[in-house]
Amino acid sequence: MKKVLMGNHAAALAAKLARVQVAVGYPITPQTQAYEMLAEMKAKGEFPGEFIAAESEHSVMAAILGAATAGARTFTATSSQGLAYMHELLHWVAGSRLPAVMVDVNRALAAPWNLWTDQSDSLSQRDTGWMQFYCSTNQEVLDTVLMSYKIAERVMLPAMVVLDGFTLSHSYEPVDVPEQSEVDAFLPPYKPEVVLDYKNPVGFGALVGPKEYLRLRRRMAADMAEAESVIEEVGREFGAAFGRRYGQLDAYRCADARTILVTSGAVGSTARAAVDALREQGLKAGNLRMRSFRPFPAKALREFVRPGMRLAVVDRNYSPGAGGIWAQEIKAALYPRSRASVHGYVAGLGGGDITVELLQEVWKRVDSANASVPVAETWVEDAR
Amino acid sequence: MKTSIPVEERMSAGHLACQGCGATMSMRYALKGLGEKTVFVIPACCWTVLAGPAPKSALDLPVLHSPFASAAATATGVKAGLTARGDRETTVVAWAGDGGTFDIGLQALSGAADRNEDIIYVCYDNEAYMNTGVQRSGGTPEGAWTMSTPGKAGSARPKKDLDAIVLAHHPAYFATATPAYAEDMTRKFAKARTIKGFRFLRILSPCPPGWKTDPKDSAKVSRLAVQTGLFRLYEVENGRMRLNMPVANRKPVGEYLRLQGRFKGLSAEAEAAIQASVDKIWNEGKS
Repeated sequence: MKKVLMGNHAAALAAKLARVQVAVGYPITPQTQAYEMLAEMKAKGEFPGEFIAAESEHSVMAAILGAATAGARTFTATSSQGLAYMHELLHWVAGSRLPAVMVDVNRALAAPWNLWTDQSDSLSQRDTGWMQFYCSTNQEVLDTVLMSYKIAERVMLPAMVVLDGFTLSHSYEPVDVPEQSEVDAFLPPYKPEVVLDYKNPVGFGALVGPKEYLRLRRRMAADMAEAESVIEEVGREFGAAFGRRYGQLDAYRCADARTILVTSGAVGSTARAAVDALREQGLKAGNLRMRSFRPFPAKALREFVRPGMRLAVVDRNYSPGAGGIWAQEIKAALYPRSRASVHGYVAGLGGGDITVELLQEVWKRVDSANASVPVAETWVEDAR
Repeated sequence: MKTSIPVEERMSAGHLACQGCGATMSMRYALKGLGEKTVFVIPACCWTVLAGPAPKSALDLPVLHSPFASAAATATGVKAGLTARGDRETTVVAWAGDGGTFDIGLQALSGAADRNEDIIYVCYDNEAYMNTGVQRSGGTPEGAWTMSTPGKAGSARPKKDLDAIVLAHHPAYFATATPAYAEDMTRKFAKARTIKGFRFLRILSPCPPGWKTDPKDSAKVSRLAVQTGLFRLYEVENGRMRLNMPVANRKPVGEYLRLQGRFKGLSAEAEAAIQASVDKIWNEGKS
């Protein structure tokens, strides 16, 4: 059924449709509505799972650790400082190989205080062992939450579904909400192999030596690598069931394009408009939207890239001392044989607009740049 | 000798604790009181190590290890997860040291107590960060030497009144215990198991290396803590306090303090002040 939904509500509704057994939350702008909607659904009896209103995000993720170890399908949503506060537990949940799913509503990290969209919160959790998926519409938010449970429970790694603060979280868009029976057919109940149970007295997370630690981390690496194909597979299954197919990458008008705008999140929709505008000017523009950040879709990216291609990477994030994070990761994935050039642009930090005009300008600069001297870390601002 | 303590053992002798460890004595009696249908959450503390490295365990029940600040929150999640899966009978126990309770875990403890989570939270209070080699915590008493409060004077601040903090949350059940009084301790765990809602036990847990006591004196020092009146054995249910071990003729606190090397630097005035504060608490209790 088509509904007009905010991104936050699409996320909470997806959790209900996924038959989440334990939802945990804590308020933070701009995620709060997802938390409130879960509380409301619980109060009305529409959400049959357990609902915990924790006293901090650190405790939210600790409760997720406990609930998932006890064998429950879990959900939470957070943003910015909340995600940063969870950091210790993010490692713990991933290391425990628990398929938790969390929504992160992108918001810049303080100081200074800023409430608006920026990927510095989610990307600074890149080494925690969580998969990360970036959405460009509210439909994709709902769909990606559902797919994430299936992917996470197959590879036994947690997944973070990321959407832009306000741009998606507070914007109303038409969303096709599937029937419960359709979701049930796509997503079977979670059946963990080992759970916390007094009848089976085992330890979870107990002390190990270097040899076991390394072996466990290698298994994690192997499962992260496997996730690349699982993401594609589940995206195809989802497409067959609901008519909307997803993969690690989403290419738009790239077939004959030499210079490509590379984006993530809601900027992807703006980039399509920019590509259309450039095409109207007779220019061969394309857009590549990165859906997965972890596992990094290196293989898919190498297959996509052709020699001589110029990638104009738009980063709404910045790693001080290193540059835009997507640009860095893309360069690392393409090194050394791709013969494509990667040009980094940092834009829209702290919620600044990334407009159709700005993206066209970036595209034109890269298209006319000296490909042997790629642009690094160019900071661009909305001229208004 | 007849005893009310169940004979079943749920902890084996092959643990990694120091000789005379109060935390293992406490665990043993706790498990006898709690019974089989129990799962544990253990944050960073001595017990992270004591059960032994994977894949072995000295405990005959499942343990989920959690980060330092997270015992109460992780136990909250475990209870919710079990409930969601239709298991309403398993007892969920968070088992933390004083550092993980008085200090870094206080926020999560307060949250779980405030929500009246259906869990048992146990603080085995050995009055310092013992697992990292004896540093001061909020549970360290005034005048006690630690590695982070060196010198003769020891810790400058009085022990944080955790009991008052926890009681301010109106828990369903609250009790103190110490291993010298094994029957009392076992009974309290057996009782806690039958009560719904947030239950809290603080155990005064002797630590020979941290208290600088002879391992053979652990039970003795635990008993003297009660006999001198420094540590009161009591329960609070429905807001009503009951003293379990009224001490008619309290021994001087010096008998407890002088058994422990950590109080070696304590001056006569400091000892007198401790005696006066104990007397004051007991005299208040009389009125």
